[in-house]
Amino acid sequence: MEFSSLTFLAALPEFILIFFALVLVLVAAFARHSDGHIKTVRTISLVGYATGFAALFLLPQGATEIFNGMFRIDGLTVYMKGLVLLGGFFACWLVGDGWGEGIDRAEFHLLVLMAILGMLLMISANDLISLYMALELQSLPLYVVAAMRTGSLKSSEAGLKYFLLGALSSGMLLYGASMIYGFSGSTGFSEIAASLTTGDISIGMTVGMVFLLSGLAFKISAAPFHMWTPDVYEGAPTPVTALFAIVPKVASITLILSVTYNALGEMAVQWQQILIALSVISMIVGATGAIMQQNIKRMLAYSSIAHMGYALAGLASGSMQGSTSVIIYMTTYVFMGAGSFAVIMTMRRDGLPVERISDLSGLSSTHPIQAAGMMVIMFSMAGIPPLAGFFAKWYVFLAAVDAGLVPLAIIGLLTSVIGAFYYLRIIRLMYFQEANAPLDKGGERQNRLVLFASLAVILLFFFFIGPVHDHASSISGALASFS
Amino acid sequence: MELFTSEITLAHYLSVAGILFVLGVFGIFINRKNVITILMSIELILLSVSINLVAFSAYSADLSGQIFSLFILTVAAAEAAIGLAILVVYFRNRGSIAVEDINVMKG
Repeated sequence: MEFSSLTFLAALPEFILIFFALVLVLVAAFARHSDGHIKTVRTISLVGYATGFAALFLLPQGATEIFNGMFRIDGLTVYMKGLVLLGGFFACWLVGDGWGEGIDRAEFHLLVLMAILGMLLMISANDLISLYMALELQSLPLYVVAAMRTGSLKSSEAGLKYFLLGALSSGMLLYGASMIYGFSGSTGFSEIAASLTTGDISIGMTVGMVFLLSGLAFKISAAPFHMWTPDVYEGAPTPVTALFAIVPKVASITLILSVTYNALGEMAVQWQQILIALSVISMIVGATGAIMQQNIKRMLAYSSIAHMGYALAGLASGSMQGSTSVIIYMTTYVFMGAGSFAVIMTMRRDGLPVERISDLSGLSSTHPIQAAGMMVIMFSMAGIPPLAGFFAKWYVFLAAVDAGLVPLAIIGLLTSVIGAFYYLRIIRLMYFQEANAPLDKGGERQNRLVLFASLAVILLFFFFIGPVHDHASSISGALASFS
Repeated sequence: MELFTSEITLAHYLSVAGILFVLGVFGIFINRKNVITILMSIELILLSVSINLVAFSAYSADLSGQIFSLFILTVAAAEAAIGLAILVVYFRNRGSIAVEDINVMKG
């Protein structure tokens, strides 16, 4: 194995995040704990994400594999890393001040930075070992930040549930990885793909693939592996929920994409069935589960389960069109998540955050900008044209229909109609209901800026859909199944 | 009694690992008493995977499986540390670590 400057250049964003993580460790250890301290820490991590994002433009063009084939760089990974870093920037920026115990400390930002680093490595993982290590580097800090508010029973219960189910899912993923290793004789994705081209697909490979996909389905909270999601979203402090809603699923979906299309491309018939099942169950559970929810974070948890169902429908089609649609879907997902949490994190009464759906009533009179923004985001999530969410769903269903999965597309359409019910309920509350006790005026500047940024993308997506689709299509050409 | 006289093959190792894995999964889902038992079940799952990997590695004369199992041991230690830390925080708030008491949020 030889190290060259190319090796380090190709992993530049990761090295930058490692550097900033080390700086944060020192700052957290040595800086005096004062009010200005947390602002410095936040600025450092924001600069870290921005520098990492800028470094993406310096990466070598074309597909490169470094570290003995463990780490892969191509157009797809660069794009997805851009989304993750942008989402991390938004989530970190939204935190702001006054979230109290646990959140207002340097360790929080350090752990989030580590988790984002893990997500970047997940996206580039090209070997079962690097897949597992990256996944754990992402998961372990997220378990801790879910339980970050140590004095709160809800937060620690959320952390405990997330940890127990997350550890179980890692175990399942590992068992699958060991079977795939045993029956293909290698841990590298390209070697696994090569071993599949000769001879029949053994039952051991199928078992391994099922376990591996179950473990990954857990991470994207696809039903029936979604049990942790509503509880963790509700129990975790709101800035942590925002992080969960915006970023990790982009990385996990990319991981599923590269496992299915890069490593197990020859087993498409087998994994398609699993992805279809996951997709249908997620869409139904997500759409019906959200209806009765009273807590907005819990409702958005079910909404994200449904979104993952739609993304999986694109993946399940197994075509280049399908992978293109997933890339577009995750792009809109990041902005819709960031925008909705920018509004939710503005909602306070007497300085304390509120999170019941009924607290949104009358928002249009107290916070007209936020209410209008929330309305656009809810319309986009429901898939109303010409907003971003509509195009995302359109391409997913188009890919499913073209792959012959018409029933899947029909179920998707039906569940998005059910989903529209609870999105529209929020709009009705904001505009046609009197406020029982008005929320605090104002709101922090960064929340408004994040909201405006996501609104700009959601509203103007219409104009960029051509170039975005072309780019997504050309980068999914880098996947092994299509080359 | 061919089972006891023949040499130990890959299938034997895989069976042991499979049994341990199933025991670990059942330990998590059937256990209704104590969270510590769940942590032990998670360790059991990870160790069964390690047996699997080492057996495959030995029988296919390829080292990467053994290296993988070393990584798993390392991560398992970190995971146990974090899990116990979260459990301690939870116990301070709840005063109990019984599985049936983890019910503040329905789900």
